[in-house]
Amino acid sequence: MDSSGQPLIVLKGVTRIFGKGQAAVEALRGVDLRIDAGEFVAVMGPSGSGKSTCMNILGCLDTPTAGSYLFKGVEVGELSRNSRALLRRHYQGFVFQGFNLLNRTSALENVELPLIYRGATAAERKRRALQALETVGLKGWETHTPGELSGGQQQRVAIARAIVTGPEVLLADEPTGNLDTARSREIMELLTLLNRESGITIIMVTHEPDMAAYAKRTVRFLDGRVASDERNGRGN
Amino acid sequence: MLGNSILLAFREIRRNVLRSFLTILGIVIGVAAVIIMVTIGGGATVQVSQQISSLGSNLLMVTPGKRLGPGQSSDTVPFKMSDAEAIARDVRSIAAVAPVSSRSLQAVSGNENWSTNVTGTDNSYFKVTNRSVRSGRTFSESELRSGAAVCILGDTVRRKLFGNQDPMGEKIRLEKLSCKVIGVLESKGQSTMGQDQDDIVVIPLRTLQRRVTGSQNIGLIQVSVREGASTEGVQQEIGQLMRERRHLAPDEDDNFNVMDMKEITKMLTGTTQMLTALLSAVAAVSLLVGGIGIMNIMLVSVTERTHEIGIRLAIGALEREVLMQFLVEAVVLSSFGGLLGIVLALAGSVWLAGLLHVPFVFNAGIVIVAFLFSAAVGVIFGYFPALKAARLDPIVALRHE
Repeated sequence: MDSSGQPLIVLKGVTRIFGKGQAAVEALRGVDLRIDAGEFVAVMGPSGSGKSTCMNILGCLDTPTAGSYLFKGVEVGELSRNSRALLRRHYQGFVFQGFNLLNRTSALENVELPLIYRGATAAERKRRALQALETVGLKGWETHTPGELSGGQQQRVAIARAIVTGPEVLLADEPTGNLDTARSREIMELLTLLNRESGITIIMVTHEPDMAAYAKRTVRFLDGRVASDERNGRGN
Repeated sequence: MLGNSILLAFREIRRNVLRSFLTILGIVIGVAAVIIMVTIGGGATVQVSQQISSLGSNLLMVTPGKRLGPGQSSDTVPFKMSDAEAIARDVRSIAAVAPVSSRSLQAVSGNENWSTNVTGTDNSYFKVTNRSVRSGRTFSESELRSGAAVCILGDTVRRKLFGNQDPMGEKIRLEKLSCKVIGVLESKGQSTMGQDQDDIVVIPLRTLQRRVTGSQNIGLIQVSVREGASTEGVQQEIGQLMRERRHLAPDEDDNFNVMDMKEITKMLTGTTQMLTALLSAVAAVSLLVGGIGIMNIMLVSVTERTHEIGIRLAIGALEREVLMQFLVEAVVLSSFGGLLGIVLALAGSVWLAGLLHVPFVFNAGIVIVAFLFSAAVGVIFGYFPALKAARLDPIVALRHE
């Protein structure tokens, strides 16, 4: 949350339609959502409920067909593809279900990748990447490639890559979808820690109520609309 | 930003060493081929010029017919001995005149036989062609006048027929003519046309005319111009004299040819250069094919790496950064291919030059051009795949496995 008191994310009547005419599919039908800095939001809902489309829009990978998406007060729908890429680069981190690491590339180089695009010096890159890897508990694994790491470790590398630039928001799309329960809990504890210690806003899509319970707030999607939005009793 | 692209490109190439190597193979071969062709061609041209200048720049060749070499019409009026005598008598500033007539014959000695060039001429021949007798002697006046059965061997013929034995005083047989060896020529090596100049048997002209060809004709008159005199002047005088002797009307073309070494040099180096250009063009096509190879592999690589490009775009890579990365990758690959090709070409040229007995002439120009061309190939053929990569939709690309 910045000092102006402005919310981090505001969606107003966001609609997203794929295709045209008869074949048109309405993935989002007027979504209103407000997320403040420092929140930890779990997004739930059945397949086809529009939560992934909403995540793509939140991550500036896609733009609304109608409605408004304000990120830090900026109307994202009006930005060019390049400006949206810069927004992602400077304020957002991504964690995916499938880890999406570059294979045959060491953990360190994977984590360095966003810093290369930000134009950091080699020394700076290395320092921050090592630090991020330490934060996610992978000290000593820097030279291992994804193929040599377990699923849980790969997801930690992905999280390190997402937070290495110090983003304001971390967008996680089913980060525990490919992991067993024990590994999933470790990842959720890591995210909780990041949210609490670094104050990073986390928006996470998940199918599992157990994982959603780690968040402070749960938003449920149904048929392209927000069906429910409630604070979690457990919280942190 | 360029620094970043280079860093990313190098990391990418390192990730896929084998694929990268296969990608540049076409460029390597193309560049090597072009450079080798040009280098060997240049060496051959230099060799031609050197050999001709070693003959002496004051040499004139008088041949019947309109042109030197093949394509002479059959109604060519041949020269006679009297033509050579007339030149020696009437044209000023001449050092020596040698009438020359040759035949390809089988030379036999004992069990050995060797097909060689039998040249009938007189002692002026040695002066005009800058040759000397290594052992033995040249022809005597009486031998020349009477058409005696004597011969002087080139080194190759001596080796083929006599090996390590001393040929002096031995008899060799040239068709029906049996003649005595009176000398061996100093070795001269290969000629401009790649002929072995030591593959020769010299006999008196009259001997050849009477006992081999049975005709009074002379194939060629070689004239050496006196030191310091104008070659062109002598050329003109000979032309004038020949027109008179052949009774040509003023409107008729010359039916003979007086060439000086400059013209012959120009003609021969022209041929070599044309051949070089032709071969280089063929090699350049292979370079182009190499470029298309790069484009192919880059296109495949874009498809193969769609997911990776999606990751980069999602992380915040700009379109132009992805474009740059792929472009730099293509240029780095093709330049590296160019460098490899240059190294290969230089090694290959040195080796080939030794094999073909052609001097190795380093041509910095073609090396630079080939390198720049290979880099340009990277830009041109890398651009389309790079653009394709940059334009990918990150959402679609991420879903692509």
